[in-house]
Amino acid sequence: MSTSSHHAVASHSASHGSRAAYRAGSILSIVLTAIPFLLVMTNVLPDRGIIAPMIFALGFIQIVVHVLCFLHLDTRSEGGWTLLAFLFTTIIVVLTIAGSIWVMYHLNANMMPMPGGPMDGSVH
Amino acid sequence: MTQHVTIAREEPVIWHLAEEEHPASPTGLGFWIYLMSDALIFASLFAMFGVVSTAFAGGPGPRQIFDLPLVALNTAFLLASSITFGQAIPHMEAGRVGPTRFWLAITGLLGAAFVGVELYEFSHMIAEGAGPDRSAFLSSFFALVGTHGAHVTVGLIWIATLLIQLGSQGLSEAMKRRVMCLSMFWHFLDIIWIGVFTFVYLYGVIR
Repeated sequence: MSTSSHHAVASHSASHGSRAAYRAGSILSIVLTAIPFLLVMTNVLPDRGIIAPMIFALGFIQIVVHVLCFLHLDTRSEGGWTLLAFLFTTIIVVLTIAGSIWVMYHLNANMMPMPGGPMDGSVH
Repeated sequence: MTQHVTIAREEPVIWHLAEEEHPASPTGLGFWIYLMSDALIFASLFAMFGVVSTAFAGGPGPRQIFDLPLVALNTAFLLASSITFGQAIPHMEAGRVGPTRFWLAITGLLGAAFVGVELYEFSHMIAEGAGPDRSAFLSSFFALVGTHGAHVTVGLIWIATLLIQLGSQGLSEAMKRRVMCLSMFWHFLDIIWIGVFTFVYLYGVIR
């Protein structure tokens, strides 16, 4: 009896907390989406070189907000297995994207100059 | 010298498993693993786009073909649909079928608007001669954004299926599980879209 009532209280508080997280996540995601679009679509900043790192940073923050507030990733659910799978996937995703761009950028930089530029011709 | 030793036991051997808390269903973790593997598909598509994102082959570049107000509208549709799905979850947990169906239907309409705008954008680009056959940049663009759009379309079919099943079955445990999986799928697609609008559209226009 005591365990079942404890469960009920725990799940109630968890859903209550996740609802507050949901509200915070909704507001944050709207703000974090609006800022990069405004930065690019209006000429707020005279120096356009600083915009790229800013939109990437905002996109990264928004992904973290969505994972925590909308997908409810935490250390406890499913005995930590969701977190472990997520961390493993994150490592593979970063390796795949950053590694591919890094390797292919250097490959292109070391290629013989092609007519119309090294990246302007057909795919190598 | 070989001896066969027989150990006599009075009682059969009993193995005691460690007492671990098992969730009611393995579906939640299994679906999470699916989403992670889907993330790897998108990672390879993002990597491909990143590698050939300047290989225009003399064709149009991002500044000529991307219509940012349209992308902003599309992003707003998808983000709003994620938020309206969140409105359905408390009603689903409380077992209220009517409001759950209402918010699911709103989510589906916003998702359909997203797919509609995306199809308009694609047809507009192809009509302008900026189809997937024009350059490596456009091939990878259509592959990445099209794969995401196909996922959203599957999500729309899933929403329609659940709307019908909610009408006939109500909110049984199985139905709650299905709604939760769809919720994870839908939020996952919104997260992929953050990468798309940041990396493909916004960065493409300013680089």
